[in-house]
Amino acid sequence: MSTTHFLFWFLSVLAIFSAIMVVVSKNPVHSVLWLIIVFITISGHYILMNAQFLFIVNLIVYAGAIMVLFLYVIMLMDLNADSEPQKNKWLKIAGVIGGGALLLVLVAALKDADIKNQLAQTGSGQIGLIHNLGMALFNDYVVPFEISSILFLSAMVGAVVIGKK
Amino acid sequence: MPINYYIFLSIALFCIGVAGVLTRRNAIIIFMCIELMLNAVNLLLVAFSKMHHAAMQVTNPNAGIDGQIFVFFIMVVAAAEVSVGLAIISMMYRNTHSVDVNFLNRLKH
Repeated sequence: MSTTHFLFWFLSVLAIFSAIMVVVSKNPVHSVLWLIIVFITISGHYILMNAQFLFIVNLIVYAGAIMVLFLYVIMLMDLNADSEPQKNKWLKIAGVIGGGALLLVLVAALKDADIKNQLAQTGSGQIGLIHNLGMALFNDYVVPFEISSILFLSAMVGAVVIGKK
Repeated sequence: MPINYYIFLSIALFCIGVAGVLTRRNAIIIFMCIELMLNAVNLLLVAFSKMHHAAMQVTNPNAGIDGQIFVFFIMVVAAAEVSVGLAIISMMYRNTHSVDVNFLNRLKH
Protein backbone atom coordinates (compact mmCIF):
# COMPACT_ATOMS: atom_id res chain seq x y z
CA MET A 1 0.00 0.00 0.00
CA SER A 2 1.65 3.18 -1.18
CA THR A 3 1.68 6.52 0.56
CA THR A 4 -0.96 7.91 -1.82
CA HIS A 5 -3.33 5.05 -1.02
CA PHE A 6 -2.77 5.44 2.69
CA LEU A 7 -3.39 9.19 2.54
CA PHE A 8 -6.50 8.68 0.40
CA TRP A 9 -8.07 6.23 2.83
CA PHE A 10 -7.08 8.26 5.87
CA LEU A 11 -8.54 11.47 4.43
CA SER A 12 -11.70 9.71 3.22
CA VAL A 13 -12.45 8.04 6.55
CA LEU A 14 -11.75 11.27 8.41
CA ALA A 15 -13.98 13.24 6.01
CA ILE A 16 -16.94 10.89 6.36
CA PHE A 17 -16.58 10.63 10.13
CA SER A 18 -16.37 14.43 10.46
CA ALA A 19 -19.35 14.90 8.14
CA ILE A 20 -21.42 12.55 10.32
CA MET A 21 -20.29 14.47 13.39
CA VAL A 22 -21.41 17.75 11.74
CA VAL A 23 -24.91 16.34 11.48
CA VAL A 24 -25.17 14.67 14.90
CA SER A 25 -23.50 17.32 17.08
CA LYS A 26 -25.92 19.02 19.44
CA ASN A 27 -23.83 22.15 19.83
CA PRO A 28 -23.68 24.34 16.68
CA VAL A 29 -20.14 25.48 17.52
CA HIS A 30 -18.96 21.86 17.51
CA SER A 31 -20.70 21.40 14.17
CA VAL A 32 -18.76 24.31 12.73
CA LEU A 33 -15.47 22.91 14.02
CA TRP A 34 -16.20 19.46 12.53
CA LEU A 35 -17.12 21.11 9.24
CA ILE A 36 -13.74 22.84 9.23
CA ILE A 37 -12.13 19.41 9.55
CA VAL A 38 -14.21 18.18 6.58
CA PHE A 39 -13.01 21.10 4.49
CA ILE A 40 -9.39 20.50 5.48
CA THR A 41 -9.66 16.85 4.46
CA ILE A 42 -11.21 17.83 1.12
CA SER A 43 -8.31 20.25 0.67
CA GLY A 44 -6.04 17.29 1.36
CA HIS A 45 -7.74 15.41 -1.47
CA TYR A 46 -7.07 18.39 -3.74
CA ILE A 47 -3.38 18.44 -2.89
CA LEU A 48 -3.32 14.67 -3.46
CA MET A 49 -4.63 15.30 -6.98
CA ASN A 50 -2.11 18.11 -7.47
CA ALA A 51 -4.82 20.80 -7.68
CA GLN A 52 -2.70 23.28 -5.79
CA PHE A 53 -4.68 26.42 -6.58
CA LEU A 54 -7.97 24.88 -5.46
CA PHE A 55 -6.25 23.51 -2.36
CA ILE A 56 -5.19 26.92 -1.18
CA VAL A 57 -8.44 28.62 -2.24
CA ASN A 58 -10.49 25.97 -0.43
CA LEU A 59 -8.40 26.38 2.68
CA ILE A 60 -8.51 30.19 2.68
CA VAL A 61 -12.06 30.81 1.46
CA TYR A 62 -13.96 27.87 2.95
CA ALA A 63 -12.09 26.75 6.03
CA GLY A 64 -11.00 30.31 6.73
CA ALA A 65 -13.45 33.00 5.72
CA ILE A 66 -16.81 31.25 5.42
CA MET A 67 -16.43 29.21 8.59
CA VAL A 68 -15.36 32.27 10.55
CA LEU A 69 -18.53 33.96 9.27
CA PHE A 70 -20.60 31.01 10.55
CA LEU A 71 -18.88 31.06 13.93
CA TYR A 72 -19.36 34.81 14.15
CA VAL A 73 -23.10 34.56 13.47
CA ILE A 74 -23.51 31.70 15.97
CA MET A 75 -21.73 33.67 18.66
CA LEU A 76 -23.73 36.79 17.79
CA MET A 77 -26.97 34.88 18.34
CA ASP A 78 -25.78 33.23 21.55
CA LEU A 79 -27.22 29.83 20.67
CA ASN A 80 -24.25 27.66 21.48
CA ALA A 81 -26.37 25.30 23.55
CA ASP A 82 -29.76 23.67 23.34
CA SER A 83 -31.12 25.30 20.24
CA GLU A 84 -33.47 22.46 19.35
CA PRO A 85 -35.72 21.94 22.33
CA GLN A 86 -38.49 19.93 20.72
CA LYS A 87 -37.77 16.37 19.72
CA ASN A 88 -39.64 14.78 16.89
CA LYS A 89 -38.16 11.33 16.59
CA TRP A 90 -40.14 10.24 13.55
CA LEU A 91 -38.99 13.28 11.60
CA LYS A 92 -35.36 12.36 12.28
CA ILE A 93 -35.92 8.73 11.32
CA ALA A 94 -37.65 9.83 8.12
CA GLY A 95 -34.75 12.15 7.27
CA VAL A 96 -32.16 9.45 7.83
CA ILE A 97 -34.18 7.00 5.73
CA GLY A 98 -34.45 9.60 2.98
CA GLY A 99 -30.72 10.24 2.89
CA GLY A 100 -29.96 6.53 3.11
CA ALA A 101 -32.35 5.77 0.26
CA LEU A 102 -30.62 8.37 -1.91
CA LEU A 103 -27.26 6.81 -1.02
CA LEU A 104 -28.59 3.36 -1.88
CA VAL A 105 -29.99 4.47 -5.24
CA LEU A 106 -26.85 6.33 -6.28
CA VAL A 107 -24.50 3.52 -5.25
CA ALA A 108 -26.67 0.90 -6.93
CA ALA A 109 -26.80 2.97 -10.11
CA LEU A 110 -23.06 3.67 -10.25
CA LYS A 111 -21.42 0.53 -8.90
CA ASP A 112 -21.65 -1.27 -12.24
CA ALA A 113 -20.71 1.72 -14.36
CA ASP A 114 -18.10 1.01 -16.97
CA ILE A 115 -15.35 3.08 -15.35
CA LYS A 116 -13.44 0.40 -13.52
CA ASN A 117 -10.13 1.09 -15.25
CA GLN A 118 -10.36 4.89 -15.30
CA LEU A 119 -7.84 6.47 -12.98
CA ALA A 120 -7.91 9.92 -11.48
CA GLN A 121 -4.35 11.13 -11.83
CA THR A 122 -2.74 11.69 -8.45
CA GLY A 123 0.53 13.37 -7.66
CA SER A 124 1.27 14.59 -11.17
CA GLY A 125 -0.26 16.69 -13.93
CA GLN A 126 0.10 20.38 -14.55
CA ILE A 127 -3.50 21.59 -14.90
CA GLY A 128 -4.01 22.37 -11.22
CA LEU A 129 -1.13 24.81 -11.04
CA ILE A 130 -1.95 28.45 -10.69
CA HIS A 131 -0.20 29.42 -13.91
CA ASN A 132 -2.29 27.14 -16.13
CA LEU A 133 -5.53 27.89 -14.29
CA GLY A 134 -4.86 31.61 -14.55
CA MET A 135 -4.20 31.38 -18.27
CA ALA A 136 -7.47 29.51 -18.81
CA LEU A 137 -9.42 31.80 -16.49
CA PHE A 138 -8.30 35.04 -18.12
CA ASN A 139 -8.36 33.79 -21.71
CA ASP A 140 -11.44 31.58 -22.05
CA TYR A 141 -13.45 32.56 -18.99
CA VAL A 142 -13.07 36.34 -18.79
CA VAL A 143 -16.79 37.08 -19.20
CA PRO A 144 -17.96 34.67 -16.44
CA PHE A 145 -15.21 36.08 -14.23
CA GLU A 146 -16.50 39.62 -14.69
CA ILE A 147 -20.10 38.50 -14.21
CA SER A 148 -19.10 36.85 -10.94
CA SER A 149 -17.73 40.19 -9.78
CA ILE A 150 -21.18 41.70 -10.41
CA LEU A 151 -22.67 38.77 -8.47
CA PHE A 152 -20.39 39.59 -5.55
CA LEU A 153 -21.35 43.24 -5.68
CA SER A 154 -25.06 42.42 -5.65
CA ALA A 155 -24.56 39.92 -2.81
CA MET A 156 -22.74 42.56 -0.81
CA VAL A 157 -25.49 45.14 -1.41
CA GLY A 158 -28.12 42.53 -0.60
CA ALA A 159 -26.45 41.53 2.66
CA VAL A 160 -26.20 45.16 3.75
CA VAL A 161 -29.82 45.93 2.79
CA ILE A 162 -31.16 42.83 4.56
CA GLY A 163 -28.97 43.42 7.59
CA LYS A 164 -30.12 47.01 8.02
CA LYS A 165 -33.82 46.20 7.91
CA MET B 1 -6.48 6.26 -7.74
CA PRO B 2 -9.56 4.65 -9.36
CA ILE B 3 -12.32 7.11 -10.08
CA ASN B 4 -14.86 4.82 -8.36
CA TYR B 5 -13.41 5.67 -4.96
CA TYR B 6 -13.88 9.37 -5.53
CA ILE B 7 -17.42 8.84 -6.82
CA PHE B 8 -18.44 6.83 -3.77
CA LEU B 9 -16.73 9.22 -1.35
CA SER B 10 -18.59 12.15 -2.93
CA ILE B 11 -21.89 10.26 -2.85
CA ALA B 12 -21.37 9.49 0.85
CA LEU B 13 -20.61 13.12 1.71
CA PHE B 14 -23.52 14.38 -0.38
CA CYS B 15 -25.99 11.96 1.23
CA ILE B 16 -24.79 12.86 4.71
CA GLY B 17 -25.51 16.46 3.74
CA VAL B 18 -29.00 15.54 2.50
CA ALA B 19 -29.75 13.62 5.69
CA GLY B 20 -28.56 16.60 7.72
CA VAL B 21 -30.81 19.01 5.83
CA LEU B 22 -33.77 16.68 6.39
CA THR B 23 -33.16 15.92 10.07
CA ARG B 24 -31.84 19.09 11.68
CA ARG B 25 -34.15 21.97 12.56
CA ASN B 26 -31.51 24.61 13.19
CA ALA B 27 -31.30 26.93 10.18
CA ILE B 28 -27.54 27.47 10.55
CA ILE B 29 -26.80 23.74 10.62
CA ILE B 30 -29.03 23.24 7.56
CA PHE B 31 -26.94 25.89 5.86
CA MET B 32 -23.73 24.11 6.85
CA CYS B 33 -25.06 20.86 5.42
CA ILE B 34 -25.68 22.67 2.13
CA GLU B 35 -22.02 23.74 2.18
CA LEU B 36 -21.08 20.11 2.76
CA MET B 37 -23.06 19.05 -0.32
CA LEU B 38 -21.41 21.77 -2.41
CA ASN B 39 -17.99 20.55 -1.34
CA ALA B 40 -18.83 16.95 -2.21
CA VAL B 41 -19.71 18.11 -5.72
CA ASN B 42 -16.50 20.14 -5.93
CA LEU B 43 -14.43 17.10 -4.98
CA LEU B 44 -16.13 15.04 -7.67
CA LEU B 45 -15.55 17.75 -10.29
CA VAL B 46 -11.85 17.87 -9.50
CA ALA B 47 -11.60 14.08 -9.62
CA PHE B 48 -13.31 13.94 -13.02
CA SER B 49 -11.09 16.77 -14.24
CA LYS B 50 -8.01 14.77 -13.30
CA MET B 51 -9.49 11.63 -14.86
CA HIS B 52 -10.11 13.44 -18.15
CA HIS B 53 -6.65 14.96 -18.00
CA ALA B 54 -5.02 11.58 -17.48
CA ALA B 55 -6.87 10.17 -20.48
CA MET B 56 -6.44 13.10 -22.88
CA GLN B 57 -3.19 14.80 -21.97
CA VAL B 58 -1.34 13.37 -24.98
CA THR B 59 -3.48 15.26 -27.47
CA ASN B 60 -4.36 18.31 -25.37
CA PRO B 61 -2.09 19.37 -22.51
CA ASN B 62 -4.86 21.50 -21.00
CA ALA B 63 -7.53 18.78 -21.05
CA GLY B 64 -9.73 18.84 -17.99
CA ILE B 65 -8.88 22.34 -16.89
CA ASP B 66 -12.51 23.44 -17.29
CA GLY B 67 -13.55 21.28 -14.35
CA GLN B 68 -11.22 23.10 -12.01
CA ILE B 69 -12.38 26.48 -13.35
CA PHE B 70 -15.97 25.41 -12.60
CA VAL B 71 -14.96 24.50 -9.05
CA PHE B 72 -13.54 27.98 -8.70
CA PHE B 73 -16.84 29.52 -9.86
CA ILE B 74 -18.81 27.26 -7.51
CA MET B 75 -16.70 28.60 -4.65
CA VAL B 76 -17.47 32.16 -5.81
CA VAL B 77 -21.20 31.50 -5.86
CA ALA B 78 -21.05 29.72 -2.50
CA ALA B 79 -19.32 32.69 -0.88
CA ALA B 80 -21.99 35.08 -2.19
CA GLU B 81 -24.71 32.67 -1.07
CA VAL B 82 -23.30 32.42 2.45
CA SER B 83 -23.12 36.18 2.88
CA VAL B 84 -26.76 36.70 1.83
CA GLY B 85 -28.04 33.61 3.65
CA LEU B 86 -26.43 34.47 6.95
CA ALA B 87 -27.83 38.01 6.67
CA ILE B 88 -31.31 36.54 6.19
CA ILE B 89 -30.87 34.16 9.14
CA SER B 90 -29.64 36.91 11.45
CA MET B 91 -32.56 39.13 10.40
CA MET B 92 -34.99 36.31 11.18
CA TYR B 93 -33.33 35.77 14.54
CA ARG B 94 -33.83 39.46 15.29
CA ASN B 95 -37.55 39.18 14.46
CA THR B 96 -38.40 35.87 16.14
CA HIS B 97 -35.49 35.16 18.55
CA SER B 98 -35.15 31.68 17.13
CA VAL B 99 -33.44 29.96 14.22
CA ASP B 100 -35.69 26.91 14.35
CA VAL B 101 -37.09 26.35 10.87
CA ASN B 102 -40.36 25.10 12.31
CA PHE B 103 -41.00 28.63 13.53
CA LEU B 104 -39.64 30.24 10.40
CA ASN B 105 -42.34 29.01 8.04
CA ARG B 106 -43.99 32.40 7.72
CA LEU B 107 -41.59 34.41 5.62
CA LYS B 108 -44.31 36.78 4.44
CA HIS B 109 -45.01 38.36 7.84
